[in-house]
Amino acid sequence: MEQFKLPLGNYTEKFVDWLVDNGASFFDAISESLEWIIALFTDALLWLNPIAFIVLVVAIALYFRRSIGLAVYAVVALLLIWNLGYWVETMQTLALVLYATLFCMLIGLPIGIYAAHHPIFYKILQPILDLMQTVPTFVYLIPTLTLFGLGVVPGLISTIIFAIAAPVRLTYLGISEVPEDILEAGKSFGATKRQILFRIELPAAATSIAAGVTQCIMLSLSMVVIAALVGADGLGKPVVRALNTVDIASGFEAGLAIVLLAILLDRLFKAGQEK
Amino acid sequence: MIEIKNLDVVFGPQPERALPLLDAKQGREEIRKDTGLVVGVNNANLTINRGEICVLMGLSGSGKSSLLRCINGLNDTTRGSINIDHDGGIVDFANADVNIKREICMKRISMVFQKFALMPWLTVAQNVAMPLELQGIDKKEIKQRVDVQLDLVGLKKWAKLKPSELSGGMQQRVGLARALVTESDILLMDEPFSALDPLIRTQLQDELIQLQEKLQKTIVFVSHDLDEALKLGTNIAIMKDGIIVQQGKPEDILLNPENDYVRQFVAHTNPIHVLKAKSIMRPISDMEFTDRGYCLSKRHDYWLSKDQQQVYYRGDEFSPQLWQTGQDIVKLSAAPTCVASDTAMHDVMEIRYHTDHSVFIMKDLDEDLDDDEKNHRDEKIQGVIGDKELYHTLLGKMMLND
Repeated sequence: MEQFKLPLGNYTEKFVDWLVDNGASFFDAISESLEWIIALFTDALLWLNPIAFIVLVVAIALYFRRSIGLAVYAVVALLLIWNLGYWVETMQTLALVLYATLFCMLIGLPIGIYAAHHPIFYKILQPILDLMQTVPTFVYLIPTLTLFGLGVVPGLISTIIFAIAAPVRLTYLGISEVPEDILEAGKSFGATKRQILFRIELPAAATSIAAGVTQCIMLSLSMVVIAALVGADGLGKPVVRALNTVDIASGFEAGLAIVLLAILLDRLFKAGQEK
Repeated sequence: MIEIKNLDVVFGPQPERALPLLDAKQGREEIRKDTGLVVGVNNANLTINRGEICVLMGLSGSGKSSLLRCINGLNDTTRGSINIDHDGGIVDFANADVNIKREICMKRISMVFQKFALMPWLTVAQNVAMPLELQGIDKKEIKQRVDVQLDLVGLKKWAKLKPSELSGGMQQRVGLARALVTESDILLMDEPFSALDPLIRTQLQDELIQLQEKLQKTIVFVSHDLDEALKLGTNIAIMKDGIIVQQGKPEDILLNPENDYVRQFVAHTNPIHVLKAKSIMRPISDMEFTDRGYCLSKRHDYWLSKDQQQVYYRGDEFSPQLWQTGQDIVKLSAAPTCVASDTAMHDVMEIRYHTDHSVFIMKDLDEDLDDDEKNHRDEKIQGVIGDKELYHTLLGKMMLND
């Protein structure tokens, strides 16, 4: 059987090589600009005094979430991270996660909306989304690495590929579950398609879309360690280093910092708890 | 005014395929078997004038909603026309340009839905404001117009609540206010009160009648309840399997049901609020005329004198008294009573019960009579209603003489 091996791997490699040969300048441009905006945002976060940052988070918790418990948690968690010495890494991870989520929403939201309006497109899309979530991350880490080089960008791209399925699916779900009668109400008032989208469908699907944002953040956080493998800065790096040196102490501390950050982001962005 | 002409609605891919079959008088079921297409409405013709409430009545699946939803384009018309007067001319809405349709939907037609169809994330006031916001109207004007509407349906106090915090009846009031706020003159109501409990339903029906007296809209109302149709409708069209099987005034439907389907509906309804004295009376021309006058009942020795001035009952002589709608029935004395021909059956029954005598129906007279003629009103009797007429009407039987 094996003597007739299909050259699937070779084809893929050739395709990636072709991309590198022909699109090098294009991918370099993407890589550089992404790296630049992430660096800019990270610098901005680091420019803030840790105290100022904590105050900001507490203000958000109190103003948007109306939760004193969350505010107390934010203070304790962030002070602990600061004390453990992972402040810079935490800000780098935060920048990576927020950017990954932003890009996921920018790409995923329109795709989800389009899929909800075109059922056939969603049928084609569904296996692709499944594929993106199930293919082991390392497999597409290799081509992204060759295309974008070492650093934060391949980490970001891999994170987006892994996390984007959630917002696409939840946007699709939210939009396609808008009750028929309120759509008809809109049509009966002579609303245009655009007005129906922005004034009826999106507000009605808001809860579902917000759930997509939260999931996207969580999935991005779970990619932090893998992103660190290709050279992205952040909390993943000390974990990888601890793994290589079998350093239980620093591995635990960095892991704890990731968990604390995850809980904080989850509670801050969780939908449907405005009351 | 809305004029629906030869309207067909077929659901399914390439609905035109069903049209030749419809023309060949094939039934709904045959067409479904042959083509897989569902005929919603088959050759509907209907005219609704301003100030009228036209009720489309039928069981579920009879095509009443399909027909209604064509009028604002929620369903596509497969063939036929819907003529609406617009901008000084007549527009065939079914075949109009998209932009004209949208303009008519925005400014001329509003709809009230069975399940209210309110936006759950908006407050009551924001819900009512929505159609105006879609039109891009200035915020100040929107606020003012929304306030007027909320006041009209008695919702001012609740303006800042979310719909889910209101009862069903209140929610449908919001739906009504939202439909009225655009000041469109055509109102489509798709079983708006079906989801409400009976007391609230009656209350909202009464409110709708009052509003209509004030606003004089062109209303198309879908209902599966004949009592509701009879109460609200100035015109009723009864539908079955996509076909309008009978249309007419509520009294016509009750008194002359055209087929068994309509008869079945009528058999289960209460006619006393709908029928007028004239349509259930025994005409005086049907009565035996002898020397003693008109014979109302030989068995009871009941007579009306030749000059129609006196009534003889078992040897006693009575002069009929006059009753007009609005007078206190309890104050009538135990004697025959004359009423106008448009007196409600409900009132006639009460008079019959209270006076213990038959009720006499006067001829219709022109409004502008001089006093002398008015004094002789009671000379002009055209019919009589006794127990027999009342019972026969209630039991839905045909009138027979003794």
